[in-house]
Amino acid sequence: MLPELGHFALILALLLAALQAFFGIAGPMFRRERWVAAVTPAVAGQAVMVATAMGCLIASFVGDDFSVAYVAENSNSALPLIYRVAALWGAHEGSLLLWIMLLAVWTVAVAVYANRLPRLFAARVLGVLGVISFGFLLFTLATSNPFLRLDPPALDGRDLNPILQDPGLAGHPPVLYTGYVGFAVAFAFACGAMLEGRMDQNWARWTRPWVTAAWAFLGCGIAMGSFWAYYELGWGGFWFWDPVECASFMPWLVGTALIHSIAVTDKRGLFKSWTLLLSVLAFSLSLLGTFLVRSGVLVSVHSFAADPSRGVFILSFLIVMIGGALSLYAWRAPLLKSPAGFDLGARESFLLFNNVLLVIAAATVLAGTLAPLISGALKLGTVSVGPQFFNPTFMLSMLPLFALLSVGIHASWKRGRLGTQLRTLLYTFIAAAVFGCGLVYGIYSHGHLLTPVGATLGIWIILSSLVDPVDRLRRGLSVPRAVVGMTIAHIGLATAVIALTTVQSFTNEKDLSLAPGASATVGGYQFRFDGVRPIEGPNYDGVGGTVVVTRNGAPIAVLKPQKRQYWVQHQVTTETAIHYSRGNNILVALGDDLGANRWSVRIQIRPLVSFIWLAAVIMALGGAIAISDRRYRLTKVAVEIPRAAGTAPEHA
Amino acid sequence: MINRFLIPVVVFALLAVVLAIGIVHSPDKGIIPSPLIGKPAPPFSLPSLTDATRTVSSGALRGRWYLLNVWGSWCGTCREEHGMLLQVRQSGLVPLIGLDWKDDDAQALGYLQQGGNPYQEIAADRTGRVAIDWGVYAAPESFLVNPEGIVVYKCMGELTPEIWQKEILPRLTKAQASTS
Amino acid sequence: MSHARILRGCLIALAGFLACARAYAIDPTQMPTPELQARYQGLTHELRCVQCQDEAISDSPAGIASDLRGEVRDMLLAGKSDQDVRNFMLARYGDFVLFRPRFVLKNAWLWLAPWALLVVGGLVAWRVVRKRAELVAADNEPLPDDGSP
Repeated sequence: MLPELGHFALILALLLAALQAFFGIAGPMFRRERWVAAVTPAVAGQAVMVATAMGCLIASFVGDDFSVAYVAENSNSALPLIYRVAALWGAHEGSLLLWIMLLAVWTVAVAVYANRLPRLFAARVLGVLGVISFGFLLFTLATSNPFLRLDPPALDGRDLNPILQDPGLAGHPPVLYTGYVGFAVAFAFACGAMLEGRMDQNWARWTRPWVTAAWAFLGCGIAMGSFWAYYELGWGGFWFWDPVECASFMPWLVGTALIHSIAVTDKRGLFKSWTLLLSVLAFSLSLLGTFLVRSGVLVSVHSFAADPSRGVFILSFLIVMIGGALSLYAWRAPLLKSPAGFDLGARESFLLFNNVLLVIAAATVLAGTLAPLISGALKLGTVSVGPQFFNPTFMLSMLPLFALLSVGIHASWKRGRLGTQLRTLLYTFIAAAVFGCGLVYGIYSHGHLLTPVGATLGIWIILSSLVDPVDRLRRGLSVPRAVVGMTIAHIGLATAVIALTTVQSFTNEKDLSLAPGASATVGGYQFRFDGVRPIEGPNYDGVGGTVVVTRNGAPIAVLKPQKRQYWVQHQVTTETAIHYSRGNNILVALGDDLGANRWSVRIQIRPLVSFIWLAAVIMALGGAIAISDRRYRLTKVAVEIPRAAGTAPEHA
Repeated sequence: MINRFLIPVVVFALLAVVLAIGIVHSPDKGIIPSPLIGKPAPPFSLPSLTDATRTVSSGALRGRWYLLNVWGSWCGTCREEHGMLLQVRQSGLVPLIGLDWKDDDAQALGYLQQGGNPYQEIAADRTGRVAIDWGVYAAPESFLVNPEGIVVYKCMGELTPEIWQKEILPRLTKAQASTS
Repeated sequence: MSHARILRGCLIALAGFLACARAYAIDPTQMPTPELQARYQGLTHELRCVQCQDEAISDSPAGIASDLRGEVRDMLLAGKSDQDVRNFMLARYGDFVLFRPRFVLKNAWLWLAPWALLVVGGLVAWRVVRKRAELVAADNEPLPDDGSP
């Protein structure tokens, strides 16, 4: 009963999305008042239907309804409750439903906010969101229906993949998808402006909070995924430049560029077409990510079970949405000219360089990710691309960016008088270099060539970011929230730079074969392996190891890594044990029973690695504070200028 | 001067073509094309599985066509292929040389006892070294080698009647037609 | 595309998947000197496992990965260079097995792409900045004073 209700709800949602799309775009185009008025009810209706479908699927999971094929494939009666809910987005069909639901949530939020927008523009924005909803709902109903029934019903489920039975699954996809989907809003705002043929002077002011919010969620989502890989999936590794990781990173890079470009558009009315293009690109990369994960064109551990017919559908959707938006761009963008100017040393310049470098970084990652496909298409044979390509080429565009950030943050708008800032620049740089090299060589006394470079650049960013706020406070001026947010976000970036430099330079890792009682020394810590004993859990059993960690005789921790075998799928997972001590992450993982009473054990010391993920949170916090700035709450409500009777009103 | 605003949509169009080609080729995604095609077969000299005193070597196989089939008693798909291999033996068109990859001798012999032995000779690659030389990464795989010792075709996965008809038979008959 | 081809691809992928299933392996191989150990780690992280194709042979639980790690070890102990090891793998498995694309003509587009993009990006930025710097003299529009950064 419930699955049928859910299925029916999805069909209704599809129809309502179609109406939302049609009324939203055709209403303003043909100036039909009634159509425009019908958009918001369509949004509400679609949201209710999607929520209903979601609720039905959750209920099927919680209630162990194994007559539903999707539940039978991904759940089990012995599965703990939290994973029964999280299993919903553990595979392709359910994760699509999560996508659709989050899109509905963002759409409702925009509809509520639409009170401040000109009516026709708002209708267009919601209409474009409706087109996206329609596409995903159609895809789901046509190829990936989560409500398909099994006849006869399964006696019990195949269980959720044990690797996914982890709190990471409960958090990472929802947060990540919120970010992915959030860029659809900026995309819709951009399409709204392009459909209209003009960019309202307030357009950037309206769009900015949405961009920042999506960017913040996406950044946190990526960090959660990286953290999850570190302690569960990758045993100490936290970034592999896997195609799906790249797919989430590219929209974030372009989103960062967008945040900065839209700032210029807001302040000076410049870079309008760049901002439109970046808005389209950010969401296009989200959609491309969806394609790569679900079409099976690339070798990747993260990809859902591949099906070429799904690939065809998504590619068609991509062509319609991205091709359509970029064609709109080619048509309308030439109209958006501005007579404004700025000096070479002005802030606008630096923001331009910033954006160019970020887009280049994203394009490089795209080239590496798609390299096997491009090589195949050009008949150049096979090529395979891994971290050994991505790391150096990514740094190529990022290192200049970090340096330019510290310089550009002192630049003022329009008239750049960097000459007056030279002293500040010099002092902050020297302080950073001294600190950076001093800390590196003081604590570690060795390092890679890039180690002092990374440390210096990171600390320079922090010092440079603090110059202006500190100066304001000293002069008794208030610091606007937007400036606070910006400062915090930049400090977050610097944290990531410093942490990554440290991790890349000073990670200490040993994979060893140990017998009970054996000891090893890694990174100044002593590890004594005390053997294994059997363990049991709610739906698994296995062995647990004990490793005693000391430093110069003083006890630090007793770590208990586990190896679990899950009953249903017979799959073995490794639960690492991690201890945080003096800025270091000590990780121990149990490998295999090598026979002769010896086990393979991984011991890894990573200094400051947690700060990488913390950095994402700091950046998101900066974004949140920036959004809460007064300017966004005081945005003028558009005034409607009544026209002669019989025609629809124009907006001011 | 091209309208620069058209650049994004043109780049996307090219990208879409690449992705479409990717979809077409995606079933082959996991298949690694062999760099041995057209090159001399890697030399090997291994003890025979069935007769410990004999050696199976690539040198002794020069001068005639042969089909090297990589298999193991642990390999499920090999069982599906077995019927086809027996037919190949029946046809007598090309001798089958087995490469028993990282297998237990007793289990391998038992497997052949049960299912029948399609191989003219079987080389026991207990360490897996020879398999690595041939670029084997999964079982079963089959390599067609010509009398000059050049690898002309690699079948990845199960040897099906279709592959026999489309890929192996034509190469055998074409060569035999040109020599006769 | 034919059903037979899809099925074949799926079966091959399935064979790999069953062995790999996103599990990892810990490789406790110890080389006699730290320099050899570093080279061994570097090479085993650089070579893709041909069965668990999204992992390096250092991390892969597949049997063939273990065999290949043994080959790397033996070659390094025999005094071969890093490039010898890569050539060995290349001759048997092709470019697929290298995570670092070779510096050869067919990969030129990939390795040159970041540099080409930097050049193009630089030119674009220069053009824009030049045009706007010329306009700034005539631009007397006051800056909005809303406290934005």
